[in-house]
Amino acid sequence: MESIGVLMMCPMNAYLENELQKRYNLHRFWTCPEKPAFLETHRNSIRAIVGNASAGADAQLIDDLPKLEIISSFSVGLDRIDLGKCKEKGIRVTNTPDVLTEDVADLAIGLILALLRRLCQCDSYVKSGKWKYGDFKLTTKFSGKSVGIIGLGRIGTAIAKRAQGFSCPINYYSRTEKPDVGYKYYPTVVELAQNSDILVVACPLTDETRHIVNRQVMDALGPKGVLINIGRGPHVDEKELVKALTEGRLGGAGLDVFEEEPHVPEELFGLENVVLLPHVGSATVETRNAMADLVVGNLEAHFAGKPLLTQVV
Amino acid sequence: MSEPSESPLVLVHRTPTLTYMDDHLSRNFRLLKTYASPDPLPVFLSRHAATVTAFVNIGRLKIDAELLSHLPSLQLLVCTCVGTDHVDLAECKRLGIAVTNAGDAFSDDVADCAVGLLISVLRRISVGDRYVRSGKWAKLGEFQLGTKVSGKRVGIVGMGTIGSRIAKRLEPFGCIISYNARTQKQSIPYRYYSDVLSLAADNDVLVLCCSLTDQTRHVVNREVMESLGKEGVIINVGRGGLVDEKEMVKCLVEGVIGGAGLDVFEKEPQVPEELFGLDNVVLSPHAAVATPGALESVASVAIANLKAFFSNQPLVSPVRLG
Repeated sequence: MESIGVLMMCPMNAYLENELQKRYNLHRFWTCPEKPAFLETHRNSIRAIVGNASAGADAQLIDDLPKLEIISSFSVGLDRIDLGKCKEKGIRVTNTPDVLTEDVADLAIGLILALLRRLCQCDSYVKSGKWKYGDFKLTTKFSGKSVGIIGLGRIGTAIAKRAQGFSCPINYYSRTEKPDVGYKYYPTVVELAQNSDILVVACPLTDETRHIVNRQVMDALGPKGVLINIGRGPHVDEKELVKALTEGRLGGAGLDVFEEEPHVPEELFGLENVVLLPHVGSATVETRNAMADLVVGNLEAHFAGKPLLTQVV
Repeated sequence: MSEPSESPLVLVHRTPTLTYMDDHLSRNFRLLKTYASPDPLPVFLSRHAATVTAFVNIGRLKIDAELLSHLPSLQLLVCTCVGTDHVDLAECKRLGIAVTNAGDAFSDDVADCAVGLLISVLRRISVGDRYVRSGKWAKLGEFQLGTKVSGKRVGIVGMGTIGSRIAKRLEPFGCIISYNARTQKQSIPYRYYSDVLSLAADNDVLVLCCSLTDQTRHVVNREVMESLGKEGVIINVGRGGLVDEKEMVKCLVEGVIGGAGLDVFEKEPQVPEELFGLDNVVLSPHAAVATPGALESVASVAIANLKAFFSNQPLVSPVRLG
């Protein structure tokens, strides 16, 4: 039987690599010195792509692989894949929803607490020996603060449930109002920001939501408000964010994602009112294994002619 | 409202930095301030405090039999902590002195801190922040995976005002809550364990938020830590003395337990330096109560207790004297 060519776009998980290697002819795209030549050579044997939050498949790559049947993303976000092109050419797309919902929601709450209670600074304060010379300053209470969530999907809902445990009133913005959820709806992100102490980005990245958190939103959030981004870097106008933070117009930010990962604006490194993480929303052993199993499971189902597990297109 | 000259007299002790209650107290009472005098405390008390019936101890000044012997008229001791391990409660009982603590004033803040430490340890938030700020993410790439918080089995030692709030916060995370306390509480739905050793055996995380007494000193010892295991995490927002600190340091360095989030230590502000280099340990300088809201709340509770005392009403947050 002819071996199925699978193109993996970047290093993402050793367990996933092994499982793909066992089943398919796995090509590691990041190790190819001459990518155009590689694609030319293998264009007729590659039937699947495995991408993630950093690298997927744009229109050009899809055109370069005429035998491509399926793109299986090691992420729930699909912003790296040209979905329109896939629909046009009948290429199937799968992602990893649900298995990472809890991890991302947990991290959002963790970012809020670390930011408001200055937990990273507290840790450094003690570990540098400074506590001997005086107590750390007062920080900001989380319980009872209003939380405004952009996007009330799986992840947004999980964040809301957790924040309610801290007696936080929940506000939200989404494309359409959801009448049964019991949270307060705001028809624009600016109004959401005006009425919330903590603004959390939890929607998909699309053309409509790019820079959904812009200068106007940050000004509405204000010097006592904080922004938490566990979505995608481009959700936020990063240049404006840096200015708002360094000029004191925004109270603080907890960020797991950035516009040009792994590059983070260095102006943020010296700020005490930010928490910066290297895109670890789903980065636990348990969840990455579950995501890998979904990627492999979807590919196996596709090549066996069975129903896909988590089909998007 | 009574004339200023009729305001009751209250003895107040505080350190130079803990000024948050000054206004509240001076608006409501005549104050005898230990800190306004150059006299050593016992001398000051002997000279001026013989008729004092109420004493507000802002901070953790040790209240022992010797100190109390200088306050022959004392009937009420108002403390600003939840924990009263710095007070000789037995001696207070013997002398007929009622004691009040901070009640619920900062229970939310402590609970928030406990959950924050837990997530920070398991998801490596503190070390992750350092990783980004030091430029390592751009240079070295992928960061080591953390451990999932949701669904973890969490054993809470102490199910009072703080423990119950921690449980309430962890429930939406799908955490499975169990607890150990002096007595089982029929009204709460969590599984009860009659001792900390068996609690540790069945849990991934141990959260300490009980009072420090002779019975609970070093309740988390080597045996308990071995039972908790190499993936296990200790979160301590109670008192340093609840844990055998020397053994805990060894257990962390040797990998007998998986990590710790600690806001309290046996000899604050001294912290064992072996912990400073550990990425699986998040430390906090006894800051679990340090928000402005919490201090306002503590001040309110203290004033409420004093007002109740002087008008013969029931105290707001009395401490059981055993």
